[in-house]
Amino acid sequence: MPRRLGKFVIIGAIVAVVLSACGGPDEGGGGGGAQGTGPITFVAGKDTSGKYPAVIKKWNDAHPDQQVKLLELPEAADAQRSAFVTNLQAKSDTYDVMGIDVVWTAEFAKSGWLLALDESQFPLDQMLKPAVDTGRFEGKLWAMSYDTNGGLLFYRKDVLDKAGKQPPKTFDELKALCPLAQQNNMDCYAGQFAKYEGLTVNFAEAVQAAGGELMTDNGTKAALGGPAVQGLSFLADGFKNGTMPKPAITYKEEEGRRAFMSGELLFLRNWPYVYTLASESDPANKVKGKFDVVPLPGFTGAGSSSLGGLNLAVSAFSKKQQSAVEFLKLASTQEQMKAMSIASGEPPAWADLYQDPEMVEKFPYLPALKEGLLAAKPRPVTPYYQEVTSAIQEDAYAALQGQKAPDQAINDMTQKLNQIATQGG
Amino acid sequence: MATETVRPGRVRRRPGPVQTSEGQRAEARLAFYLLIPTGIVLAVIIAYPVIRAIWLSLNSDARFGTSEFVGLDNYIRAFTGTGAEAFWSAFVFTTQLTIVTVVLELVIGFAMALIMNKAFTGRGLVRAAVLVPWAIPTAVAAKLWEWNFTPDGIVNQVFRTDILWTASHWSSFWAIVVADVWKTAPFIALLVLAGLQIIPSEVYEAAKVDGATALQSFRRITLPLVKSAVVVAVLFRMLDVLRIFDLPFILTNGANQTETLSTLSYKESIQQLHPGYGSALSTITFVYIILAAFLVNSLARADVVKAQGGR
Repeated sequence: MPRRLGKFVIIGAIVAVVLSACGGPDEGGGGGGAQGTGPITFVAGKDTSGKYPAVIKKWNDAHPDQQVKLLELPEAADAQRSAFVTNLQAKSDTYDVMGIDVVWTAEFAKSGWLLALDESQFPLDQMLKPAVDTGRFEGKLWAMSYDTNGGLLFYRKDVLDKAGKQPPKTFDELKALCPLAQQNNMDCYAGQFAKYEGLTVNFAEAVQAAGGELMTDNGTKAALGGPAVQGLSFLADGFKNGTMPKPAITYKEEEGRRAFMSGELLFLRNWPYVYTLASESDPANKVKGKFDVVPLPGFTGAGSSSLGGLNLAVSAFSKKQQSAVEFLKLASTQEQMKAMSIASGEPPAWADLYQDPEMVEKFPYLPALKEGLLAAKPRPVTPYYQEVTSAIQEDAYAALQGQKAPDQAINDMTQKLNQIATQGG
Repeated sequence: MATETVRPGRVRRRPGPVQTSEGQRAEARLAFYLLIPTGIVLAVIIAYPVIRAIWLSLNSDARFGTSEFVGLDNYIRAFTGTGAEAFWSAFVFTTQLTIVTVVLELVIGFAMALIMNKAFTGRGLVRAAVLVPWAIPTAVAAKLWEWNFTPDGIVNQVFRTDILWTASHWSSFWAIVVADVWKTAPFIALLVLAGLQIIPSEVYEAAKVDGATALQSFRRITLPLVKSAVVVAVLFRMLDVLRIFDLPFILTNGANQTETLSTLSYKESIQQLHPGYGSALSTITFVYIILAAFLVNSLARADVVKAQGGR
């Protein structure tokens, strides 16, 4: 009966396809130094600014037998992280070099997903120390800083010049300049205060401005305390006394940028990308040539930025770790970092480039940014970063909304952070 | 006489053993074999994840160690433990959202369907226009409404208000309701329209001859005859809103107690990598949705039976 036979063949084939699709990936190699060479896969979030083509081309020209292939993940950080986590939990060897957010480094390292790097092989002393520190966890180096990022205080130079004022170095000076905003029919100051990662960044900067920090003892204990209350009070009071406009409670980066560029803000805390956009000729941009930047203000002296940016790491499950490490070495040369910065506008981790005439001409904010970056602090380096940031957002937001007094919010936050830090054991 | 009611879909022809020929039996076997691949696919993509989630929900979340069986601890944590505040807040918010949006969508969607069912010039255009929001992917619609609801967005401009829509609980609630109703009232309209179009016009003509007013024929003819379509539409929408994710996630990201059951599960299981607790939350959501669907379905059925029995 050929008809019946055909039927079984079809069913069998379908079953086989379904079953084979369920087969798990092979176990990754892992331990024992960086070994194995060959073509490598470089995985990172979508390259919207052009950070990678130069280094990839340079590598591929020099290593025809170990071509690197860029695999782009979604642009949204959450989606990137879940792609990495899914892949690494399955111990897959498909990712060799990974471009990871600075705040994921500790978590990935603690999970055993990253290859520990040999510090002597990288020019760490040439790099900005705070940026390098984002790659350290429990005494080892797990990732190389590629591009880094810090906050800047954007201000309306035209308004301040007309009034004969200097840009503020402290929050008190900033507050004293707020009447100028009123006279010019503007709002005074804004940052990122919606309930999302940007709030953690802005809160951390306020705490650091008062000389404190979020966590201490290698991220195992909440620090906070008095400086945190002072920082949070400044933000919460700012909403009450009008230093910050009410709508700023809904601001992420883009809302604040638009308010500044449409001439509604005197001061704005934001990332360097705003500088480029605010310098362009565009009908919606009313501040071209009328603004400048200074490092973030503090309470008594200069402030301190949170650190953004991207680290490059090698997967513990890669079968071509030697090639991967070599690729990291190439990416962290001065020449490649400069090429990356020129092409993309992302600030490099290499310190000297901030004085490089070609760079400064193209990105005039670099000297101000470097000053901020040298005083910058990484966000808590803890494997429980996601829990930490979500607890911080919860209480800081409640304080900004006036639902909790700042000291109460800091108390609650301290309790939660300590609980999170000790839960793993 | 409820005993006499024949429920549609319950009529089963009993196969008499005498009537089955060899050919029919072979055909039934073939049908069975042909369904096997579908069965396997369903088992892999539906049964496995559900069972796996239930199993995970009974295990602890040791992030950097090994997880172990903890029984119902994760559920207790959600109901009365450390997660209770967040869970009940999400539970209440999701339920409120479901009731308000489904009622509004039903009323507006029904009105749209009645209009689209009338014969007038430009009816095709109206039908297409009404369906546009439904054709837009939810994430895109959410982004669109996010811009509309910004402090200097179009909503505040048009109504000359100064409301910070995403900065407090109730304004966020209404922002989500508006965005959801805008997007899915057309869906209800579509289903109700399909129901309306199978009502024969003779029934209305007969009512007219009997001297029924427009309101009477709406209540006595349209409503009862379109009811099954409405029940289906309400069920669909209810299941959708109970697991609503994109809109609140993009519009408010859970600020001001606008976390829904789905955004909460996502944050626990994906962002914070607590597969155990996250699975417990998903399982609770799953059971809640089944119960809600069952409740609405049996209420609607009882109503149909009562109506028929009383005739």
